[in-house]
Amino acid sequence: MADHAPTETFALRVQFDTEAQQKDASTLGMWIFLVTEIMFFGGLFAVYTVYRSWYPNVFAIASSSLNEIIGALNTGVLLLSSFTMVMAVRASQLGQQKMIVIFLILTLLFGGIFLGVKAYEWNQKFEEHHIPGQAAFHLDGVLPEGQGHAQLFFSIYFAMTGLHALHMVIGVGILLTLIVQARKGRFSASYYTPVDVAGLYWHFVDIIWIFLFPLLYLIDRHLVK
Amino acid sequence: MSDPQENTHIDSVGTYVKILLALLVATGVTTAVARVDLGGFSVVVALGIASAKMVLVALFFMHIRHSTKLTRLVVLGGLLWLAILLLLTMTDFASRGILGVPGK
Repeated sequence: MADHAPTETFALRVQFDTEAQQKDASTLGMWIFLVTEIMFFGGLFAVYTVYRSWYPNVFAIASSSLNEIIGALNTGVLLLSSFTMVMAVRASQLGQQKMIVIFLILTLLFGGIFLGVKAYEWNQKFEEHHIPGQAAFHLDGVLPEGQGHAQLFFSIYFAMTGLHALHMVIGVGILLTLIVQARKGRFSASYYTPVDVAGLYWHFVDIIWIFLFPLLYLIDRHLVK
Repeated sequence: MSDPQENTHIDSVGTYVKILLALLVATGVTTAVARVDLGGFSVVVALGIASAKMVLVALFFMHIRHSTKLTRLVVLGGLLWLAILLLLTMTDFASRGILGVPGK
């Protein structure tokens, strides 16, 4: 045991017996963090569930004011970024240094497109006066007494997509760090834990969006059309 | 420990491409089916498709397929706690006023 202490590497720190043990510990630690994230977003999903069950019709009208084609295409972009992320992890597993950098840059690109489209959509909301708290707030097709409930929908919309976008921005920061490290040849087939756990984070953020898209954009669209 | 790839399962590119295509198709289906009048079932269908997509991403992209039992237990535990959060919250909000208790 004592003889591997002087030859400590990234893949095998002194406190671990084997590389596999260290890797399992990192993966488990990341998942425990992601569970706290599930509960973090879970509170907002609970708020959404309560208010949608109280005001189903207003939520349907408000949801239909969002552009679901842009939403669906943006979902596709995010799914593509998850694909390139998992390809970056695969390139690390195979020790293909150049491919790690290429796939991380592609992931960054798709993530950036997603955030750009999101910014465009938010800007649309400002132009349409669909900002909760705005004096000029007005949603067509909703009675005056329902306008407050429509504002509730948009409060939840901005809180949930905003928190999701914040996670994306943090993800972009993580990707930039990884790209710099990967270019220096930091990752190899025996050590790529940072790419691996960053991938878990990126896919988690993707899963949150997988639920946000139908819950926010696709409520009872047939009622309004 | 000489070969670290020994205990690493590397999926083929084809597998990942198939999963990506399945996810994209599911996104198209959920968008199209939202325009169809399914009554109360539309939310069930939407959440069913979203859950299926989540399972695909978790199993393949997040490598749960190859992960240790302890990691799987932690993931299931997280989902269980989320279910408790949502279900117990709704037992309150969905049942308020049913008994006509004063000050409901």
